[in-house]
Amino acid sequence: MLPLNATIVRITEESPSVRTFFFDLEFETMEPGQFVMVWVRSVDEVPMGLSRKNSITVQKVGEATSKLFELKEGDSFGLRGPFGRVFSLPSKGEKILIIAGGVGSAPLAPYADAACAVGSKVDTILGARSADDLIFEERFAAAGEVYVSTDDGSKGTKGFVTDILSRLDVLLYDRIAVCGPEIMMASVFRLLEDRKVLEKAEFSLHRYFKCGIGVCGACCIDRSGLRVCKDGPVFSGVQLLDSELGRYTRDASGRRVKI
Amino acid sequence: MYTLTGLELKNPTILAAGILGTTGASLCRAAREGGAGAVVTKSIGPMPKTGHPNPSMVRLDCGFLNAMGLPNPSYPGFLQELEIAKKDSGVPVIASIFGGTVAEFTEVAEGLLPGKPDVFELNVSCPHAEGYGAAVGTNPCLVEAITAAVKDVVNVPVWVKLTPNVSDITCVGTAAESGGADAVVAINTLKGMAIDIESGYPVLGNRSGGLSGKAVKPVAVKCVYDLYTALEIPIIGVGGVSSWQDAVEMMMAGASAVQIGSAVYDRIDIFSEISIGIEAFLQRKGYSNVKRLIGLSHEMV
Repeated sequence: MLPLNATIVRITEESPSVRTFFFDLEFETMEPGQFVMVWVRSVDEVPMGLSRKNSITVQKVGEATSKLFELKEGDSFGLRGPFGRVFSLPSKGEKILIIAGGVGSAPLAPYADAACAVGSKVDTILGARSADDLIFEERFAAAGEVYVSTDDGSKGTKGFVTDILSRLDVLLYDRIAVCGPEIMMASVFRLLEDRKVLEKAEFSLHRYFKCGIGVCGACCIDRSGLRVCKDGPVFSGVQLLDSELGRYTRDASGRRVKI
Repeated sequence: MYTLTGLELKNPTILAAGILGTTGASLCRAAREGGAGAVVTKSIGPMPKTGHPNPSMVRLDCGFLNAMGLPNPSYPGFLQELEIAKKDSGVPVIASIFGGTVAEFTEVAEGLLPGKPDVFELNVSCPHAEGYGAAVGTNPCLVEAITAAVKDVVNVPVWVKLTPNVSDITCVGTAAESGGADAVVAINTLKGMAIDIESGYPVLGNRSGGLSGKAVKPVAVKCVYDLYTALEIPIIGVGGVSSWQDAVEMMMAGASAVQIGSAVYDRIDIFSEISIGIEAFLQRKGYSNVKRLIGLSHEMV
């Protein structure tokens, strides 16, 4: 598909560095965990998790996102997608735990919405640098219990999501969905591996994408060779055993870069 | 099992260059899970390159457009990936290399030799990287010189991948053969572009790029057909092969094997699917082996 034209209808400030861009398209088939390729014309095209059927939630981190932050309501960008494998939805009565760090909340908030809608019990561990950086706290709270951690202690537990996770009985949950900075996900992964519950955990990975459609191979992870754009971005914990998670990623040239 | 330029292949389907070839693990997956008879790496050059800005590949109704821009970690950066592919893929590994000059080609080839690639495939055909690829591959003298120079410094077969963006592909094919190529690979992508009519911007980050997939298959079949007439060395057919019927057609035009690229979009085990289909076709037709197909249509006059 060629990029669809998406016109910005509303912009909301989620934190000092994170904004949600609502656009005039609705991806009716979108499932939580999927991403779109966002084309900021004449600059670059980058993958972004859908935070709703009609929104992306973006952290200003590089050239493309900086340009995106210059756009106003009425401006437009290109969108291809939705692409990628999704968080598996719980069935009614199942208990799920969401672990979200920073802008990692973006693909998990629609998951919380969907899980709540099917009648599943949703607990969330929500982490960020400070109280101001917590993303979608109300959406998670609307779905169930939220445990907050902040690095600086300005809200909730002072520390990391793993400080809260280590106190929870993870055996109580049927599914665990994780997205956040890779260092955080790697810590969560180790903890869940120790508790022997990796098979019910899913992680959404971020890697440099080129084609975004599973052909070029730029986003393949070691040692499985799985493509983050097509076989992921959501992987089961078992798929990530013995993987590069938390150790290295690759730059646009394919060189390994330590995390 | 059959032999192609001295390589033992378990089937005639080969992963094309630039597809799932950035990492050793990915190449292994194309071989083990995909069923490829051999795999070609991403094209590797003398210096790390990040490639063109995105969008670098889009799917069209008739195929795919791409302008990756030869992203690669350079030969020192790629050696460990090549070693992984060699160790674990279980199939021949072909190193695709590029350079802007004869000296750069030999530098990269020599630099990758410690990784023990089974073949070098010379990319003189990428249509969208300034100073590289087709910039050298449209000049028959340069193609001959590069081929001869790489042949001099390596002790494994050398394949030369040709661009269709020339008036007569057999001129470049003949030049490669004169330079000592063990085979030619035809074709690379056809120049193309797409424009976003809402904004007027060309869609690809590089503005234009190369067309692959279904749309280019008839062009590839014709190029392979003509090369088969003009050359003595084997031809590896590539361009829009996405089914066993396509592969058989390409072989009847003169291809000794096929490479598969864009079709991995549909499924990674396309290689198994195609090689099983070819086998069934051979049985149904009573052909003793796959060699019987190669150039068959040239006999039908």
